[in-house]
Amino acid sequence: MRPRAYVPYLFLLPNLLIFSVFIVFPALFGIVYSFHKYDGLNPMEYVGFDNYAALLRSSEFWDVMRRTFVYVLTAVPLIFAGALLIAMMLVQELRGKALFRAVFYWPVMVSFIIVGLTWKWILGDSFGVVNYLLELAGLEPIKWLSDPVNAKMSVIVATLWSRVGFYMVLFISGLQSIPQDYYEAAKIDGASRLRSFFSVTLPLLKPTSLLVLILAVIEAFKQYPLMMALTGGGPGKATTNIVQYVYQTGFIKTQLGMASAMSVVLFLIIAVFTVVQFRLTKGGAIE
Amino acid sequence: MTARNRALLYAALIALALLYLFPVVWVVLSSFKDANELYSWPPRLIPHHFTLENYATALDEGDFGRYFLNSAFVTITSTLLLILINTMAGFALAKYRFKGDTFILIAIISTLMIPLEVIMIPIFKVISWLGMYNTYWGIIIPPAATPTGVFLMRQFLLTVPDDLLEAGRIDGASEWRLYSRVILPIAKPVVATLAIFSFMWRWDDFLWPLIVIGTPEKYTVQLALSNFIGQYDVDWGSLLAMSVVSMIPVLIVFLVFQRHFVKGIVMTGIKG
Repeated sequence: MRPRAYVPYLFLLPNLLIFSVFIVFPALFGIVYSFHKYDGLNPMEYVGFDNYAALLRSSEFWDVMRRTFVYVLTAVPLIFAGALLIAMMLVQELRGKALFRAVFYWPVMVSFIIVGLTWKWILGDSFGVVNYLLELAGLEPIKWLSDPVNAKMSVIVATLWSRVGFYMVLFISGLQSIPQDYYEAAKIDGASRLRSFFSVTLPLLKPTSLLVLILAVIEAFKQYPLMMALTGGGPGKATTNIVQYVYQTGFIKTQLGMASAMSVVLFLIIAVFTVVQFRLTKGGAIE
Repeated sequence: MTARNRALLYAALIALALLYLFPVVWVVLSSFKDANELYSWPPRLIPHHFTLENYATALDEGDFGRYFLNSAFVTITSTLLLILINTMAGFALAKYRFKGDTFILIAIISTLMIPLEVIMIPIFKVISWLGMYNTYWGIIIPPAATPTGVFLMRQFLLTVPDDLLEAGRIDGASEWRLYSRVILPIAKPVVATLAIFSFMWRWDDFLWPLIVIGTPEKYTVQLALSNFIGQYDVDWGSLLAMSVVSMIPVLIVFLVFQRHFVKGIVMTGIKG
């Protein structure tokens, strides 16, 4: 007995409806908006590529993009190194491995808002415990959140704390899939630890490493809630990245056309990395 | 490994772990301090006057109970919906041959390229047109369909033999019955993984509520917290208490399902 031909479509219907209504259509509207002047209330006015041209000329937009890239290029290598380092420690024969893993993974579960709030409580200029510890050590307190450069650093620290655990899990599973024989062989050949890290671990870990890089990059480009809670994007605009800027332009300044043009730029960046991710994972999964 | 190296490794791990634990421990301890002690200089690690005052304030004046219930409702409803529709779609794509099946699979996975961050502006319009602005449905329905979920379910079901379904069909079972009575029970590991991740995504979510919800009485926990912390005069006492309480549900899920998490991350490697 064969099921009727329409059955699979019925099973797919709810998903396809949601994907069309809440992803595909909005994406198309977004592209349309980007060619219009639109405040959300009055009728749209077609302006061709004016919004894009204005973006290219806007020094504020370039500042935001530069900040976003600096954030991505600082956070991602640190996340990568931190996650790999911890993963390499945790694949050794150890007691309490599971406990350590849980400790490093736990912040991943905490929402970005609470991550931001937690670090704000710790790093606060006048009430933060970190400044107290600095004073104890005979050092000057530091304006962690009200100085532009320090605020950026604080955002990076909070990002690391919240994300390293996630990528650590990926690295652990990657490391565990490297056959021990390779290390034995390297040892017999007289390779040092460092040597076997560069000649065995890194090359065999390449698929995992690439995936971690791509995922971390995409995620970093989209980061907003963490800054929202930790610094509010400040001081000034020192920690305002692209997503927050789009939000402000669209919802606060109600320049929907401009905000949509920026979204298209962000989309292009994310799309490139996602395509690479697909290539690497044959559709999203490692295994 | 030599004994010395092992000792060094432990020392490094313990130091790192303490560093990692400190922020949350400090927040939890601070939340039990009274207003004076919270800002006392030098700060004290262990609260001297242990008090639940902050929790009471958060509940009374902060209206935290309402936000918590809002979040619970959204998280649970959204998770149930997510499991239902994504396992259905995964089932269709794994167990039927039909016109356009490959195209639909690719189209669904391609939507990963369009995260919410990219369509914030138009989605707000769509939500408004559909009358979903400032409703819970506006944060429950749109994120319920997830490419990750569909893909996980499909991959899992590809390993399940078709004979099971054929046997059911010979017995006269309807296709819906096959899905709900045969497939879903088999797919328990996928359902568990999806449930856990969905719970975490929705409970921690900030951007959807930010865009969809307009009035304070419908705030979720995260939206309420982000609002309080943005205020000029932050009431740290109740803010810390709220944070601690709002971490409890994910902590429980984490402790109970830890193993699923590891598996889930490795299986999907993707978020959202």
